[in-house]
Formats: sequence, C-alpha cells, structure tokens
Amino acid sequence: MTTEATAEVRTSTVVDPGPPGVRRTASRSGRRRTTSVAVHAVLIAASAFLLYPLAWMVVSSLRPTQEIFRTPGLLLTTFEWRNYTEGWTSLQDSFSLYLWNSAVVVSLAIVGTLVSCSMAAYAFARMQFRFKRTFFALMLMTIMLPFHVVIVPQYILFNRLDWINTILPLVVPKFLAVDAFFVFLMVQFIRGIPREIDEAARIDGAGHARIFLQIMLPLMVPALATTAIFTFVWTWSDFFGALLYLNTPDTWTVPLALRNFTDSQGSSSFGPLFAMSLVSLVPVFLAFVFGQKLLIKGIATTGIK
Amino acid sequence: MSVVAELSHATARGPSSSKGRDDRAAWVFLLPWTLGLVGITLGPMAVSLYLSFTDYSLLQAGSWVGLENYLRLFEDARLLNSLKVTFTYVLVGTPLQLAAALGIALLLDRGLKGVGLYRSIFYLPSLLGASVAVAILWRQLFGSQGLVNQVLALVGITGPGWISDPSTALWTIILLHVWTFGAPMIIFLAGLRQIPTMYYEAAQMDGASAFRQFRSITLPLLSPIIFFNLVLGIIGAFQSFTQAFIVSGGSGGPADSTMFYTLYLYQQGFTRFDMGYASAMAWLLLVIIAGFTAVNFVASKKWVFYDD
Repeated sequence: MTTEATAEVRTSTVVDPGPPGVRRTASRSGRRRTTSVAVHAVLIAASAFLLYPLAWMVVSSLRPTQEIFRTPGLLLTTFEWRNYTEGWTSLQDSFSLYLWNSAVVVSLAIVGTLVSCSMAAYAFARMQFRFKRTFFALMLMTIMLPFHVVIVPQYILFNRLDWINTILPLVVPKFLAVDAFFVFLMVQFIRGIPREIDEAARIDGAGHARIFLQIMLPLMVPALATTAIFTFVWTWSDFFGALLYLNTPDTWTVPLALRNFTDSQGSSSFGPLFAMSLVSLVPVFLAFVFGQKLLIKGIATTGIK
Repeated sequence: MSVVAELSHATARGPSSSKGRDDRAAWVFLLPWTLGLVGITLGPMAVSLYLSFTDYSLLQAGSWVGLENYLRLFEDARLLNSLKVTFTYVLVGTPLQLAAALGIALLLDRGLKGVGLYRSIFYLPSLLGASVAVAILWRQLFGSQGLVNQVLALVGITGPGWISDPSTALWTIILLHVWTFGAPMIIFLAGLRQIPTMYYEAAQMDGASAFRQFRSITLPLLSPIIFFNLVLGIIGAFQSFTQAFIVSGGSGGPADSTMFYTLYLYQQGFTRFDMGYASAMAWLLLVIIAGFTAVNFVASKKWVFYDD
C-alpha cells in the first residue's frame, strides 16, 4: 500500500512545469474576463505584500539610520551610499574578506558535491555490486536523517583533527557525498538516459571510467547544473555550520559576519546593517535571476526546497 | 516522498543475480560516498548514541551514567517548554504555509497571463528565507519602531514590540515561515497541471459549482502531493534553527518564547558543552520526527486518494 502510494506521488510530481498559462484557457473561457481581473488583483496585491519587506530593506539600506524608522514609505529623497562603505569596514575585517571566505567555501562545496555525488550516482544507477540494495536504502535513509543526531560527534571529531576555525569541516564532507539528496537526484536522472548509449560504448571496449567521464557526465549536465545551483544557494546561506566551526573573525563567512554585526553594533547603525544584509543576498538573487528555470524545475520534479 | 518510495522499493526486491557484477570498479565509484557514510554519518550516529548515556563534555572525559540524561529530559522545564514552542511552530506554521501555497497555486492554475512572472515572485522569498539577512530584516520589521508598527500607526494603532513581547515573538517567526511558501507552491502547481482537464469539463456539464469541483476533483487528486508537502514540511520545520536564533539574538528569548528545540540543543551542546545531554536531546528529536512521520503515514490512509 505504502509502496504504491508513494510511488504514485513520485510519478505525479515528476512533471515539467512547462510553458505556463496555456492549458485550460480554451476550455473555460466563458466566465473568464471578470474573474481573471479579480484574480490578477488578488495576485498583484499578494505579490506587493510579499515583496514590500524586501523593497523596504533595499530602501532602508540607502537611508540615513535615523530616517529608517520614521517612515514606512519607499520614497528615497537622498541616497546614503555611506551605509555601504561604512558597513563594509565596520567589523574587525573588511567585508571583502567575508565574501571571499564564503566564495571559497561555496566553490569547494560545489566541486565536492558534483564529483562525489555523480560518482556514487553512476554506481547506483549503472553498476551491479554486492549489497547494492542495502547501500541504496542506507543512502536514502541518510537523506531524511535529522543532522542533529550527528553534529556532536562530528564536532568532537573535527576538534580532534584540529579543524576548528578552518573551512575543512564545512568543505570536506561535501567531497564525501554527504548531501545524499543529490545522489538520489542524479540516480533518477541517469535512469532516464537510455541504456543503449552506454551499452554501445561498452561494446566498443570502453570501461566504466570512460563511460562515466566521456558519456554520462556530458549527458548529466542538467542534473549537475541543478545540483550546483542548489548547493550554491544552500551553502551560501548556511549559518549553522559556520556558527559551529568558525570562531575567529578572519575565518567568518558572510552569514556569520552579519550575525556578529547585529551583536556588536548599537541601534545607531541600522543603515549599514541593512546595506550589508543586502550585499549578502546579491549572489542568491543572481542565482534566482539566472538559474530560475533550473531551480523551479528542480523543485517541481523532486520536491526539494 | 519519492525518496520514501524508492526506499520501500530497495528493501522489497528479491536478491540480485550475481552475474555481470563489477564489484571492484563499483567500490572505486562509491569510495567517497562510503567514507562519508561511515565517517560522517553512521560512525558519528553510533558515537552519539553512546555519548547520550554518558556525561561527556568537551572539557572532561565522560563516564557512563546510564539513562540519566534521558530521565533528565523529562524533568527539564526549559526543554519541555522548547518542545511546546517547536510543536506550535511546526503544527501551526506548516499547515498555514501549505494553505498559502495551495491557495496561490490554485489561483495561478487558472490559465492567466503572466503565470511565470507571478510564480517567480512568489518563489523568491522561499529562496531568501533561510538567510541570516532576511532574519535580520524580520527583526527590524517587527521591532517596536519597525515597519509593521509604522504602518499600524498610520491607522491609529500603537503596535506592541512584536519581537520583545513573549506572547507575539514566536508568531513573527511563524509568519516568516509562511512567507516562504513558494517552494511547496511550485510543487502544488506541478501537481495541478497533472489533473486531466476532462474531469473539470465533465463536472461543468453536470453543473457542478467551482467549490464542488475543488472538493470532488482537485482535492482528492492533489491529496498525494498535499501529503508529500506535509511530511517533508513537518520534517524540515522541526529542524529549523537560523531564524529563531537570529530573531532572538541567539537567546531563544524573550522569556524562552522562541527557544526552539534545536536552539536549546545547540546551547546545551555547544555553549555549555554538555554533550552527553545534547546527544540524548538529538535522539529524542529523531524519535519525535520519526513518530510524526509514522503518524502521518497511518493517517494518510484515511484521506490520501490514489487514482489507480
């Protein structure tokens, strides 16, 4: 029962969100006009309501601090660029360093996840080996495991290895495919690639290494791109890992720097605080603008957040 | 849920044939993952279970204390309070978030122009919502001088300090959770697209009202996806940490009103270094999440409809 049930969920969520707005227009066009105006009104109101805080944040980052809490409006009379220059240097180190630290962690996390997850996925999708089912089941279980069950021993381990205040605890696990969700995503993707392709290569004498590197990886680009963009967004925003392992200011990533900004500054510097918060969101926003299709399709087909 | 489906598949199938195996090559491909499984997941899990029966702390080697940590859990008033806070967050926040997601998805599924644009707009908060920056923004929105109170002042209402008042602080975080309804909305939208148009056409011919169509066609056919979002939403919500941490300045205050279970666990394990106790807390969390998931599955037999 549960098997069929959940299998059904899978098939029904695997769907291309596709070109929006084409489907039912023809069939229900009778009472369209008036209701569609009303629906647009509701949607526009909801959008404005949702985006207003973000817009307020943008505007506040350009206002003198004493003005921020005086008016709820979005009209800017002056542009206080000083918030940015002040915020940039108001912590112990320059914000450039925190951005750099984050960029290093994120880049390594992406490389590690792509390499380790694609290798594991290829084995699970295309190879036969002992205990395959047991391992596959284990892999799926780790996806749902609350990470709190492992953080204490992990911390003790990384402490023993003398990795505290380095990026290693944040990066090394990524090279060991700990984000098993992406293994699963890639397994699903590889299963959709016709087996004839790799069988033809095998007949030509190619081994697994060549099939993986020269045939599979190029075909897996969409799944790799989805993985890369989600890893980017999640690692960029990761706060908990940084909070645990990065204690010295020169190792801070952006989220940790922001957190310390809120702690160390009095109420006098909300302008710079908003400015730096906004700076921290720019990379995620760019991922949203340029990677939207991948993000939305990734969510629609697999149900990740 | 696809993960769950695969899981029951993987454990259910019969033994595999031994011919055509490529064991050695497979282990090369699986090497990084296996190292991670043993060194980063299973090993630490075993150690965590062991630690939960000791009074280990980073400052002193622990000794075996039996069930003491587990017994302490149920006498720790702050822990019981953190459970209450977390349950409120999960049981109110998740359904509200899904209701918003479903409501907007239904509006977007009516073949309007500009669906793509709306979908992007509604998705954006989901993408940003996990960040420290947005949690900082939230703190200012709901501060006593914040945007919310400025707007209320325009209509003559003096709002409370939402974040500093123990009776409202948690609700601001729940609202932040609801604000990020975009991801489940996208899943709902994909599910709605799967419902064959002919069902609605037939219902209209029979003169069924829009509400009737929703109740008798949309809801049952979408129920597997509602279930999927509910299970994943609950599992995720139990583990949320960053927002409560930032909004409360790391304290879980005021008066422990935003002391999420994960936040308390962090404090016990990593500011007081009471790691044996923190490990016991982690296992209780695992049991609670597994329990909720199991209950969800059992209850789903009553309301989730499978069309086959």
